[in-house]
Amino acid sequence: MYSEKVMEHFRNPRNMGEIPDADGVGTVGNPVCGDMMTVYIKVKDNHIDDIRFKTFGCGAAIATSSMVTELAKGKTLEEAKKIGRSDVADSLGGLPKVKMHCSNLAADALHAAIEDYEKHKGTKR
Amino acid sequence: MDHTAGRTVDPRVIEAMLPYMKSLCGNPSSVHSFGQEARQALEEARTKVAELINAESKESIFLTSGATESNNMAIKGVARRSRDHGRHIITSSIEHMSVLNPCKFLMTKGFKVTFLPVDQYGFVNLTSLEEELTNETILVSIMYANGEIGTIQPIKEISKMVHRKNVYLHVDAAAANGQVLIDVNNEDIDLLTISSNDMYGPKGVGALYIKKSTRLEPLIHGGGQERGLRSGTENLPSIVGFGKAAEIAKEEMPTESERLKTLRDRLIKGLLDPIPYSFLNGHPTKRLPNNAAVRYSFIEGESILLDLDMKGVAASSGSACTAKTLEPSHVLRAIGLKHEEAHGSLLFTLGRQNTEEEVGYVISIMPDIVKRLREMSPLTPKELMK
Repeated sequence: MYSEKVMEHFRNPRNMGEIPDADGVGTVGNPVCGDMMTVYIKVKDNHIDDIRFKTFGCGAAIATSSMVTELAKGKTLEEAKKIGRSDVADSLGGLPKVKMHCSNLAADALHAAIEDYEKHKGTKR
Repeated sequence: MDHTAGRTVDPRVIEAMLPYMKSLCGNPSSVHSFGQEARQALEEARTKVAELINAESKESIFLTSGATESNNMAIKGVARRSRDHGRHIITSSIEHMSVLNPCKFLMTKGFKVTFLPVDQYGFVNLTSLEEELTNETILVSIMYANGEIGTIQPIKEISKMVHRKNVYLHVDAAAANGQVLIDVNNEDIDLLTISSNDMYGPKGVGALYIKKSTRLEPLIHGGGQERGLRSGTENLPSIVGFGKAAEIAKEEMPTESERLKTLRDRLIKGLLDPIPYSFLNGHPTKRLPNNAAVRYSFIEGESILLDLDMKGVAASSGSACTAKTLEPSHVLRAIGLKHEEAHGSLLFTLGRQNTEEEVGYVISIMPDIVKRLREMSPLTPKELMK
């Protein structure tokens, strides 16, 4: 069902965990749908210095979360904003059709985290 | 440990089928000796299926292409025959799709269908059943046992209630046959669906038991086989295999069911006791001997299945994410589970090949799997991971 790359990220997810003093946090999905993910970012000089995720969901949800953190790490905020759902799926060697909508939320979570950072920039959290 | 999804055919069944696939290819309807030999094999198989459910005679067994056809035949067959007496059918909300969908189809043809609610264990609400039975009711269709949560219905009580109102009772026994003792006489069942592949027989064959006094119209018209109720040249090799599977099931049921129950209870205990926020789906004792259905909070079923698969264990889940639809199982929703609870459900169905050691292995790997996924989940309470 899943590509080898998806399974590899599912087995060994990168950047899993929380950042207690994150600069931006984004949560998308909800447990009712079966998929929910939170992305934490630390920003330094307009770059994503550190990024972590926590995910409730199926194999695709976990693998896409892991992949998006890998794609975004070290990128400028502008570059990170351009990472879309299909970039994540492509980098994983594709996803089953039925998973493209329900479980491919990782890019949205990243964008939400960046938005959260920009909203609070300059203010004390 | 995913026997509900697909069982291997018993080698003894394959052995019994082989002669009928190679040289014994007579048509049971032919007069010559090849045909007569085929007829004899067909009737022997029918007898074995009849004996499995203690049917009054082999003439009450009608062979079909499987449980889906049997369910369709019973429901649509009674509906067509009795439509002038009434147009109301009662079933439950946890039936198999091959019962629910024929019922829904009949709703588009002028029939009224009541889908009875079930309680947290999956038992049909008998008070509702009694209230819903009216002079318009022509058929009640309730499953013997549910394959997803294991719950066995109180069929005898149901049949008493239904027959007091002179209504036919159809029972889908596909998930139960071969595992628990079914007695159509003692339990007073009018129509019973029997499957072959759920008891290590070949796919593509099954039967509908029809009590002598029960009237229904055929689904398939043609050459008049199965005494006019199910036309089509008999699929002899599969029918012989079905008969053999029924014979073995009847013979081995007393010991095999006890063995499975012991394994099941050990598995359930081992899946729940060492892991907090874990729950049983279905009833602790009134459940199929092979069924261990559990759920874990804060994590999702498909990811548990993937972890199990990597460790060589096959199971099944009630989660939406493994299915083609995005809705969680209608059975898990009907017993009152929230979407997120249904998503965390896991189903093990044991079979003849499963051993004590395998159960021990599953129990030994589960705590780490749950822990790993809970560490990843934003829903897991912080105190749980300390």
